[in-house]
Amino acid sequence: MKKLVRKHPLAIRWFHWINFPLLALMVWSGLLIYWATPVYRVGIGSHTLIRMNLSQPSWKTLHVNNRLAEGMALHFFFMWFFAINGIAYVTYTIASGQWRELVPNRHSFKEAWYVFLHDLHLRKEAPPPRKFNGAQQIAYTLIILAGLGSLLTGLAIYKPVQFSWLVSLFGGYQMARFFHFWLTVGYVVFFLIHVAQVIKTGWNNFRAMIIGYEVRAEGGERA
Amino acid sequence: MSDEPVVPEQPPIEIEVAIDPAAEAEKQRLIEEANDAEVERTVRRMSRRGFLTAAVAAGAGYGAWKWLRTRDQLGYLQWPLRRVLELNESLAEAYFRTARLSPTFPPSRINRPARLNGALGLDPRFDPSTWLLRIEGTPEPVTLTLDDIKALPRREQITELRCIEGWSIIVKWTGTRFADLMAKFPPTERVKYVAMETPDRGYYVGLDMQSAMHPQTLLAYALNDEPLSMAHGAPLRLAIPVKYGIKNIKRIGLIRYTNVRPIDFWAEQGYDWYAGH
Repeated sequence: MKKLVRKHPLAIRWFHWINFPLLALMVWSGLLIYWATPVYRVGIGSHTLIRMNLSQPSWKTLHVNNRLAEGMALHFFFMWFFAINGIAYVTYTIASGQWRELVPNRHSFKEAWYVFLHDLHLRKEAPPPRKFNGAQQIAYTLIILAGLGSLLTGLAIYKPVQFSWLVSLFGGYQMARFFHFWLTVGYVVFFLIHVAQVIKTGWNNFRAMIIGYEVRAEGGERA
Repeated sequence: MSDEPVVPEQPPIEIEVAIDPAAEAEKQRLIEEANDAEVERTVRRMSRRGFLTAAVAAGAGYGAWKWLRTRDQLGYLQWPLRRVLELNESLAEAYFRTARLSPTFPPSRINRPARLNGALGLDPRFDPSTWLLRIEGTPEPVTLTLDDIKALPRREQITELRCIEGWSIIVKWTGTRFADLMAKFPPTERVKYVAMETPDRGYYVGLDMQSAMHPQTLLAYALNDEPLSMAHGAPLRLAIPVKYGIKNIKRIGLIRYTNVRPIDFWAEQGYDWYAGH
């Protein structure tokens, strides 16, 4: 017998979907800024695997060249909306008790490993039918900590004299910029995995992020 | 989270006669069918509402973005962006304390040679031997030679010069505090801004008074223990670690105290006028 189960509260759905375009705008305007000094790379010692840079024609093709001033203006415009939405989300999860389902507990790490093996088809047992399994709890908590990291490293780069204590906490101005950049790469990676998982999990799960409810079979399993 | 089904449970059916298993199973099947159909109807209704709301919200968001991108420009930026930069500026000004210093470094951390960037306002025909610094906005017009500047208290500092492009270098500046110059040649009235420009007026910056008065704001005549080279802004330039590099104007020809917000070369190109740290 099917039943409708309440899954995501209205507030969390709004925070989630508002965050999506805001984060996209922050990443894009950040790219307009990064264009001016695209110095980072993946490598060991002097051996470089990936240069985090594009050729001049590629920057031009993507229309992300010579737009530093615009990028900064957009970044310092949307940062308020991004920060306020993030703070509102965290405040809500704390006040509503939703954090209990989101923050990892002592079982989450073992469970996350099983989920990982299941996703790789190395383990048959499906993750428990709870709202968030261990892997999700870890991912969704890390992404919030990353957001906090972006706000703090961003503030350190934005006002490095007024917040010089923050700059020294990150190991200097260039280190703060370094962390700010790699956190952004982290969002892009998170986004790709997140979307892949949502597609894999299916429509019922995705729809729950829009309407708030999921259809389940009586036993509690996903229908 | 509530685990209750949205569809209320069917009321229990009173059974009086002997149970016929086949009829019971059929009855159960019908109940389940009715329930599942009701669940499907409910979820369809919720989806219509939810996805319609989502579409309206997405449309509103897209509309807001289009609106933002089509606003009239103010200093090469759509005015809402410029206004928010100004709002950020007033917050930064309120939070600003001259007691907060830009971190200083030991001589071993100095980057040599100091990276060179930008030749705006540096007319190659310039003759440093004829150079004079003019100050406007004082009771009497002031004209100073480099020796006059060097007669003011000498300061040295090793600070980071942060370019708005994202790179930064650690350099040693030698010069005199702008605050010391202003104490000696004060403005006629209390003013909010300082304007500076190159002798050829090819480059110009505007500064808020508290940033200009910061103890690390120097009128510098030496960089990394060498007299300023022509390319680094000889004979006198601004070293202002509470601002991005763009405000560290080279080859200052004129300093003007003013209550009118001064024009600024890069602010006219769409950058933040304040550009402060």
